[in-house]
Amino acid sequence: MAFYVVQFLTGLASAASLFLVASGLSIIFGVTRIVNFAHGAFYMIGAYIAFTLTEQLSGALGFWGGIVVAAFAVALIGVIVEMVLLRRIYHAPELFQLLATFGLTLMVEDLVVLIWGPDDLVGRRAPGFKGAVDFFGQNIPSYDLFLIVLGPVVLGILWLLFQRTRWGVLVRAATQDRDMVAALGVNQKWLFTSVFAVGVFLAALGGALQIPRDAVHHAMDLRIIVEVFVVVVIGGLGSIVGAFVAAVLVSELNAFGILIFPKISIILVFLVMAVVLIVRPWGLFGKPEAAARKTPGLTVDPWRPLTSNERLAALAALVIAAMLPLFAGNYVLTVGSEIAIFVIFAVSLHFLMSVGGLASFGHAAYFGLGAYGVAFLAKMAGLPMVVCLLLGPLLGCMGAAVFGFFAVQLSGVYFAMLTLAFAQIVWSIAFQWVSVTGGDNGILGVWPSSWAARPSHFYWLALGVAALVTAALRAMVFSPFGYALRATRDSPLRSEAVGINAKRIQWTAFVIAGTTAGIGGALFAYLKGSVFPDNLGISLSVDALVMVLLGGVETVSGAVIGAIVYKALNIWLVSQTDLSKLVLGGFIVLIVVVFPKGIVGMLEMLAQRRRKSSPPGSPLLAKPIESAE
Amino acid sequence: MRARDYFVGAAFALLAGGMAHSAMAQEIKIGEINSYSLLPAFTEPYRKGWQLAVEQVNAAGGINGKKLVVVSKDDGGKPADAQTAANELVSSEGVAMLTGTFLSNIGLAVSDFANQKKVFFLAAEPLTDAITWSKGNKYTFRLRPSNYMQAAMLVEAASKLPAKRWATIAPNYEYGQSAVAVFKKLMSEKRPDIQWVDEQWPPQGKIDAGPVVQAVAAANPEAILNVTFGADLVKLVREGNTRGLFKGREVVSFLTGEPEYLDPLKDETPEGWIVTGYPWYSIKTPEHDAFLKAYQAKYNDYPRLGSIVGYQTIKAAAAILAKAGSTDPEKLIAATEGLSMPSPFGEITFRKIDHQSTLGAYVGKTALKDGKGVMVDSVYKKGSDYLPSDAEIEKLRPKD
Amino acid sequence: MSVAPPLLAVEGLSKSYGGIHAVRGVSFSLRAGEILALIGPNGAGKSTCFDMLNGQNKPDTGHVRLLGEETTGKRPREIWRLGVGRTFQITATFATMTVRENVQVALISHGNQLFNLFGSAPNFDRGEAGRLLELVGMGGYADRPCGELAYGDLKRLELAVALANQPKLLLMDEPTAGMAPRERVDLMRLTAQIAREKSIGVLFTEHDMDVVFEHADRIIVLNRGTLIAEGSPAEVRSNPQVQAVYLGEGLLYDAEHREGAST
Repeated sequence: MAFYVVQFLTGLASAASLFLVASGLSIIFGVTRIVNFAHGAFYMIGAYIAFTLTEQLSGALGFWGGIVVAAFAVALIGVIVEMVLLRRIYHAPELFQLLATFGLTLMVEDLVVLIWGPDDLVGRRAPGFKGAVDFFGQNIPSYDLFLIVLGPVVLGILWLLFQRTRWGVLVRAATQDRDMVAALGVNQKWLFTSVFAVGVFLAALGGALQIPRDAVHHAMDLRIIVEVFVVVVIGGLGSIVGAFVAAVLVSELNAFGILIFPKISIILVFLVMAVVLIVRPWGLFGKPEAAARKTPGLTVDPWRPLTSNERLAALAALVIAAMLPLFAGNYVLTVGSEIAIFVIFAVSLHFLMSVGGLASFGHAAYFGLGAYGVAFLAKMAGLPMVVCLLLGPLLGCMGAAVFGFFAVQLSGVYFAMLTLAFAQIVWSIAFQWVSVTGGDNGILGVWPSSWAARPSHFYWLALGVAALVTAALRAMVFSPFGYALRATRDSPLRSEAVGINAKRIQWTAFVIAGTTAGIGGALFAYLKGSVFPDNLGISLSVDALVMVLLGGVETVSGAVIGAIVYKALNIWLVSQTDLSKLVLGGFIVLIVVVFPKGIVGMLEMLAQRRRKSSPPGSPLLAKPIESAE
Repeated sequence: MRARDYFVGAAFALLAGGMAHSAMAQEIKIGEINSYSLLPAFTEPYRKGWQLAVEQVNAAGGINGKKLVVVSKDDGGKPADAQTAANELVSSEGVAMLTGTFLSNIGLAVSDFANQKKVFFLAAEPLTDAITWSKGNKYTFRLRPSNYMQAAMLVEAASKLPAKRWATIAPNYEYGQSAVAVFKKLMSEKRPDIQWVDEQWPPQGKIDAGPVVQAVAAANPEAILNVTFGADLVKLVREGNTRGLFKGREVVSFLTGEPEYLDPLKDETPEGWIVTGYPWYSIKTPEHDAFLKAYQAKYNDYPRLGSIVGYQTIKAAAAILAKAGSTDPEKLIAATEGLSMPSPFGEITFRKIDHQSTLGAYVGKTALKDGKGVMVDSVYKKGSDYLPSDAEIEKLRPKD
Repeated sequence: MSVAPPLLAVEGLSKSYGGIHAVRGVSFSLRAGEILALIGPNGAGKSTCFDMLNGQNKPDTGHVRLLGEETTGKRPREIWRLGVGRTFQITATFATMTVRENVQVALISHGNQLFNLFGSAPNFDRGEAGRLLELVGMGGYADRPCGELAYGDLKRLELAVALANQPKLLLMDEPTAGMAPRERVDLMRLTAQIAREKSIGVLFTEHDMDVVFEHADRIIVLNRGTLIAEGSPAEVRSNPQVQAVYLGEGLLYDAEHREGAST
C-alpha cells in the first residue's frame, strides 16, 4: 500500500514540472494564438542559466536566488524576442509564427553548445532538499515533495492573477475573444508582450527547477516541447486548470502504467491525447474555438490557374531541370532526387493545409507509411520495383483514410494535434514492432531495380513523378472538388448552406494528401535504400510544415519553392558546417521578418504592386492589433 | 566568437580543399561521418582523437608517401542524412573509404549503402550486433567492441555475484533491447538459477526516473542491470541514490565507466557498480602512455573513450590503406581481413569471419575519488575472448 | 383531388434552453411566390425559429414540412438539396474566392460535382453563374475578389448564391442588416421581383419596419417565443397586441435598442 502512495506522489512530482512549462505555453497560446515552438528552448535556456548561476553563487540563497534570477533573465529574453520578432508577424497567416519560433529553436540548440560546451552538465542539489523522507519504509525525495507543493501553489498564484487583477481579466477576455479586447481599447501590444513574458518565465522556471534532478544538455528542449503541447491540448487550450489536470493525468498514468506495461511511456501521452480529442474535441477543460479567423488570411488576389505563358515557363523550368544529368555528377543528381521527393511531400501537405485549411502536424506519418509499404512489399513479398512503387503508397492511403476520418472531425490546432498523435502512434509501432519493422534499425536493402539504379535515371523518375504530382494537385485546386475544398476552408457555415458535406470533402482531401505523401515516401525508400522510423517522425512533419510556410501558405505554388529552398539549403548546410542548425534557424528567422508572406507570397505581392501603381486596398486585413492602437 | 572563427575556418578549409584537388595524386582521402551536431558530448572527443591520428600518420610520412586527408561530415543523427553525406563523400569527394558513425541505425544505414555501392566502410562506434552479424556484409568492418562483447564481459563478472533476483532498466530502442536480451541469455546460460523479476523500458532520453526507480524497487531485486546512459543515467542515478534503490543491491551497467558517462555524475557517482569503460587515468601500458601524452599535449584535455575510438579508426584506416597499397575496395577488404595492428589498448585484429575488430574494453568497479567518479580494479578484457564460436557466427552472418 | 400541400408548413414548433422557452408552439405556412416577414423584438425567438427551419437547430417538438416532405431534424445541407436557399444575417461567403467562384461553388454542389477531381471549375457553368450575377446586378463584379466587396454587394452576392440551386424557398435572415437605406430598398425590391418571377416563396426576418411593410405580402409576429399576430401588413399594423409590443415603446425600428437594453 505504501508503495502505491509513494508511486502516486512520485507521479505528482513529475506532473508539477510538466505543469509549470505547460501552463506557460497554454497562456501564450490562449492569448496570442502563437504555436510557440520555442517554448522548449526557453525551458532549456532557463536550465542552462540557472546552472551557471547556481554554480557561481554559493549557499541556499545563491541556489534559490539563481533559480529565480535565471527565470527572470529568460523572461527578459522572451520579451525581446516578442518585441523584435513576433510583433512583426502577428498579421502573418496563422502558423507563420510557428516558423519563426522553429527557427529560433534551431538557433538556440546550437548556441547553447557554443556557450556552455557539449558536455552534459549536472548541477547542485537543492539546499534543504537533498535527502529523502521515509514513508513506511519507502523513500520519497524531499525535492519531490517540494515540487508537489509547488505545482498547486503556482496554479493558485496564476488563478489569483487571472481572477483578481485587471491584467488577468484582460488575459481571460483575450483568450476567449481577441477582437473583444481590441474593442475595449486595450493596448494589445503590451498585453501580448506581458503574456509572452509570463509564459516564458514559467517555462524557464520549469527548466531551472530541473537542475537538482536532471542533467542540463542541448537536447532538453525537444525532449519536453512535444509532451508539453500534448498536455496543453489534453487540458484544453488556454485553460490553466486543464493544463494542471492533464499534467497530473499523464504523469500518474505513466507512473502506474509502467508497472503493468513497462514499454508504455514512449507512446502513453499520445494515446491519451488521441482518446481525449476523439471523445472531447476541445480537450478536458477547453471551450469550442470561435469560428472566426480561419486558417489563411484573406488573400486579396484570388488564386487563378496558370496562364498559357506561365505554363510554358513552368514547362521550360521542368525541361531545364530534366537536363541536369547532362552536366551534374552523381551526388548532385541524388540531391536533386531528394529535393524532388520533398517537393512531392510539401505539395501534398500544401493541398491539405493551404487548400483545405487543415494544418497537419503529423503529415510524415503518410510519407513514412508509403516508405514502409514499399519496404514490406520489396523485402517480404519480393515484388519488383514498379509494383512496389505503385502499391506502396496505398499504405499511406489506408493510414490517411483511417486517421483522417477522426482528424477531420476537429479543426484548427486540435486537428493539428490529433494528426500529431496519430503520427506518433504510427511512429511508435514502427519503432517497437521490431520483428516486422526492424525497430529503429529499420529495414535495409530496398534498392532500386537496375533500370532506375543509375542516379540520372532515378533523378528523372523522381522529377517526373514530382512534376506529375504537382500538376495533378494543382489541377485539383481548380477542379470542382478543389473549389468545394476551399469553400469548406473559407466558410464552414456557407458551404454547409450550399449543400456541401464539409467533413467528407475534407476527409477526401486528407486521403489524397496522405496518398500523395505516400508516393513521396515510396520514392524516398528507394532513394535511400532503407526505411527507418525517422521517416514518420515529428521532425520530418515539422520539415514539411516549414517548407509550406516558407514558400507561402497562401499561394498555390509556394510549397514547391519552399521545398526546393529549404531542402537544398539544409543539405548544403549540413554538408558544410556542424552549425547547420544555427545558420538554418537564422535564415528562417530572417525570411520570416523579410518575407512575412513566405517567399512566393512576397514575390506575388511585389508583382501585384507593380501591376497596380497603388497598393491594393485591403480593409479586411486590418486586424485587431491595429484597431487597438 | 567561436562561431565566426568556425566559418572562417570552414571557408579556409573549402579553399584548401579546392587547392588540394589539383594535388590529388599525392593524397588519399577518407570520408568520415558522425553525429556531430546531435551528440557533441561524444563526437567532440572522437573528432579530437581522429585529428590526432591524422596528424601522426602524416608526420610519419603518410600512407606509402601519400598525404592522408579526412573529409568529415555531420549526419545530424538521421540515417537518411548520413546516406546523403556518404553519397557526397563517395560521389563528389572521391574518398577511398567511409568511416565513422555512432548510432546503430546510422551505422546500419551507411553499411547498407556501402554494400550497395561497393564502398569500403569501417564503422567506428555503433554497438549493434547486427552490423557484423545478422545484417553484416562484405564491405563493412567494425572497430568498437559490440553489444554482445560488452555483455559477455559484464556477464563474466555478474555471474559470480550471489544475487539471484535480477531487474533490468534499459532505454526502449534496439540498443537497449538487444543489450538486455544478450545479457539475459548469457547470464541464464551460466546461472540457470537466476530469476528476472522486473524490467523497465523508459524511452531513450525521456526517462521519468522517479516512477521507474520506484517500480524497480517494488520488485525487490537483488541486482540490477542498467543500460541507460547520458542524461537518462544522470536522472536514474540521482533518483536511485535519493530513494535508496542501489543500497544493498549489486548493479551491473553497460558503458558507465566511460568518461563520457561517468564524469557528469561527479560526486553523485554510485560506488561499486560493475561497469565497462575506459579508466584512462589508471592504464599503465606503453601504448596507452604514448597516446595519452600526445593527446594531452595537443588538446590540454584528457581523452574520453570516443577519443580512443576516433584515434584508432583513422589509425586502422591508415594501416589498411598502407597494406592494400590501393584504394580498390576489394583489395581493401582483402587487406583488412585478418589484419593486426597496435592500438592504445594493445594489439587488435580485424577478424576475417565477421569483420569485427578484437578491440576490447576495461571492466571494473565505480568508485568516488576526490568528489569525482572513477573506475577501480579495472582489467582489460580482450575482445577476442568474448565472441561466440565461429560455428555460431557462421549461422548468424548471411553469406556474402 | 386533394389540395396541394403548402410550400412550407410549420406546425407547433417549440424549443427551450434550460427551462426557458425560446420558441413555443409556433405554426404558420407559406405559399409559393409569397413573401412572408417574420418580425418581433430582440429575444422574441426569431433566430431560434429561423435556425430550426434551416436545420441549424433541432426543435424539441413540432414539424417543418416542405411541400409535404418532413424536413424536421434534417441538416442544413440536406434541406438545401430539397430546394431551400438561404442568406445570413452576417454574410457568409468564400472570402478568398472571386464573386463568380462563389456562385460556381453553389452550382457545383447543385450539379453534384463536388467530388469531381479533374474537371475545370473556372469553366463550370460559367454561363449560369453569369446569369445569376446579372440577375442580382453583380454582373460587372464577377472577377472581383469577394474579400474586396462592399457590404451591400456581399448581400447581393449571397442572394445570387442562394438562387443557384433554383430554390423553391428562400430563407433570409435580416437580409438588409448593416446596409444603407437606399441599398435596403434596392435589395428587397430585387428579391421581391425575383420571387414573383420565379414563384419562389420567401421567408425573411427584419428589423427595419419600412422594409417589412413595403415588401411583405404577409407578416407574422413573434413575442417571447409565441406567435402573437399574423396577417397582411395593414392587419398587423393595426393589431393592438403588436402595437403594445412595438409602438407602445416608441418607433418601430428603434425597438431593438430598447429591447436590447431591457432584456
